[in-house]
Amino acid sequence: MDELICLEKAAEEIEKIALGFGLDFFPMRFEICPAEIIYTFGAYGMPTRFSHWTFGKAYQKMRTQYDYNLSRIYELVINTNPCYAFLLEGNSLVQNKLVIAHVYGHSDFFKNNWHFKNTNRKMLETMSVHARRIDEFSFRYGKEKVEKFLDAVLSIEEHIDPYEGTIKEQSSNKKIKEVNNPYADIWFETNNEKRENEKNERKPVKDLLGFIGRNSRYLEEWQREMIFMVREEMKYFWPQLKTKIMNEGWAAYWHIRIMRELDLTEDESIEFAKLNSQILYPSRFSINPYLLGLKIFENIEKRFGRDMIFEVREIDSDVSFIRNYLTEELAEELDLYNFQKVGGEWRVTEKSWEKIRDNLVLSLNNCGFPYIEILDGDYGKNGELYLRHRYEGIELDIHYLERTLPYVYELWGKPVHLETVVDRKHVLFTYNGEKHSRKIL
Amino acid sequence: MGNFIISREDWSLHRKGELDKERHQEKVREAIKKNLPEILSDEAIIMSDGKKIIKVPIRSIEHYHFRYDFNKQKHTGQGNGGTKVGDVLGKESGSAKGGMGKGAGDLPGYDYYEAEVSIDELTEILLEDLELPHLKNKSKDEINHESYDFRDVRKKGLIGNIDRKKTVYEALKRNLLKNSENLYQITQEDLRFKTWDEEQRPESNAVIIAMMDSSGSMGPFEKYIARTFFFWLVRILKLKYQNVEIVYLSHHIEAKEVTEKEFFTKGESGGTKCSSVYQLALDIIKHRYNPQQYNLYAFHFSDGDNLSSDNERCLLLVNELLKVCNIVGYGEIEGPYYYTATLKKEFSKINSPNFVMTSLRDKVGVYQALKAFLKKDV
Repeated sequence: MDELICLEKAAEEIEKIALGFGLDFFPMRFEICPAEIIYTFGAYGMPTRFSHWTFGKAYQKMRTQYDYNLSRIYELVINTNPCYAFLLEGNSLVQNKLVIAHVYGHSDFFKNNWHFKNTNRKMLETMSVHARRIDEFSFRYGKEKVEKFLDAVLSIEEHIDPYEGTIKEQSSNKKIKEVNNPYADIWFETNNEKRENEKNERKPVKDLLGFIGRNSRYLEEWQREMIFMVREEMKYFWPQLKTKIMNEGWAAYWHIRIMRELDLTEDESIEFAKLNSQILYPSRFSINPYLLGLKIFENIEKRFGRDMIFEVREIDSDVSFIRNYLTEELAEELDLYNFQKVGGEWRVTEKSWEKIRDNLVLSLNNCGFPYIEILDGDYGKNGELYLRHRYEGIELDIHYLERTLPYVYELWGKPVHLETVVDRKHVLFTYNGEKHSRKIL
Repeated sequence: MGNFIISREDWSLHRKGELDKERHQEKVREAIKKNLPEILSDEAIIMSDGKKIIKVPIRSIEHYHFRYDFNKQKHTGQGNGGTKVGDVLGKESGSAKGGMGKGAGDLPGYDYYEAEVSIDELTEILLEDLELPHLKNKSKDEINHESYDFRDVRKKGLIGNIDRKKTVYEALKRNLLKNSENLYQITQEDLRFKTWDEEQRPESNAVIIAMMDSSGSMGPFEKYIARTFFFWLVRILKLKYQNVEIVYLSHHIEAKEVTEKEFFTKGESGGTKCSSVYQLALDIIKHRYNPQQYNLYAFHFSDGDNLSSDNERCLLLVNELLKVCNIVGYGEIEGPYYYTATLKKEFSKINSPNFVMTSLRDKVGVYQALKAFLKKDV
């Protein structure tokens, strides 16, 4: 019990300092849990999420790394109101102080960044409802069938339109409240109408899950329901994917400043410094979001003052954050570089800061996923699905592509085509339910 | 008071991660079974030098989605200062062939799942997969032999068979429980003895006569195939026989007995006379391995490019070998060249049930060859 009291004292002090700095966060709920639980949450993204073997795989990987002492998650924080943070059992007091300080940064970010404005803050409950529904389906239709279907749905889970409808639907909701009569929905698009409109409009649709969920003729109701559940969960995760560098940088910025205000003993200070440098270690083959985010925020503060960083945390996402605030001086100081495969070797190919900035922006576009859209849901007047990859200079992994198309086929029930660029040529990949083919356009 | 709550719940019933992990592992085992032909010929196993547990890198069960080609993508990284254009960060990891390499851990991109499998386990999966019934000893070869197996520990026994480790452990346990001062005092009741069981086992010996063409046309790849084949053959026969010996015979125009290392590495140039190695095999059997006492398995790898004048004699000698061996096998490794008059054609005249002939095109062919060879032995 002693430990909890110490922790409570520390949290109280930290919260006071955070408020003093002007952070504005949700009420906090800290839970201390054993490693398996933290790693479960890490793998699933949410403690209450549905079951699938891919999460089991992620869990095993994290768990092994923890067991071999290769890496540790000290904390996990969830964008909800109140904001839940899970602390690893066995953390030392200093570790916990750092984590708590860090988490206050995240909570402030969740509450204030524009991209999180429309996230469902009751997602813990929503996801547990989803998980229960999926359990019911497994019971009713068979575990294997549901797993197989989830395999297919999850294979295109990132292809949603995260901000689709947010503006329209919001105003719609307002109208419902204003009108408040049983026929109010006459004013709004129903799913059926939307289906018709989609057919007629022929505008590219980014929301693969939504389009297939509404328009596929081969799905049963429970399958449509599952598609929309997965889609809703991805919509919830999207802002986090979109602000990874900012969010971690912001939290790191604040944990450093809050820790400085605490009265640490010499030993504690050393432990903190060690831990901090582990978190902020540069990574040769990728970008450490904690470090890059922190350095950019510090640089913004240096140039424009502290108020400016609060403004940036409110309106930017990683793409604009990098595009607007990564400077030549920073790229130099951080020793950033672009690298690629030359022959059999990974070699540094560019050091110019503009090239680095542009490459980062490119790789962060659409949260790092290829941008794929539906051009036609009735291709060849035969109900076939025509997808197009918006090529922006990076080719798709063909091996993966040819293994993903059958999943899409499973959802659509008719031949599926994907247009992309390979070796500067436009190529159309097709899967017709039996075999693959490709042709140059 | 701050606006927060700190709590500690009981999570002991939360098993979701573990359950889904098991489901994933189940899928991995299924994948091992499915990819057995490739896994069997994995270098990590064949070059393991007798280690019991080896790590077989298995591509984890992928969940496919549309993604960028990692190898064609430009990435951004961060150095410790002073990085220059042209600096090499690392070498390519895992090429398509072989498919492993230490680089996998260093560079991102491909996701390997390191499954820890013992060779025994793999052998078992292999047997299961080959659908071989449990291997039996052939009754005619049985010479009953009493064997002793120390596999029990008792309180009474001959002092010469004392189990020191167990005895000391018992003494420590007793002394600790009693809180006695001298932890190392051993009394009569601590003594533990190893005890044996008598077992009637058929004395069974097997000899593998490994023969390989070492002429110029047999390159490292062909040797690797042969090596993989013999590796598993030994493992499987060991399950059946108490002792398994292996004799290595290498030949071009002439044949000689060589060491294992020479067998798999040395190459000669020049032509090929396969009859030379069959003759040598017959001689060795005659002098060292009485067919009454040994189960003989002869297997020959060649690319089939034999001197055509020698073919007839080969046929004759293989028929001789068939009289003394349980099984005689011939594996022809198909090279890039096409020979019209290969040995294979000649051997197709043999119609003994104990003769097995297979052609191997790649590593995966080893599995087929083993299958063909072992089916005959049931």
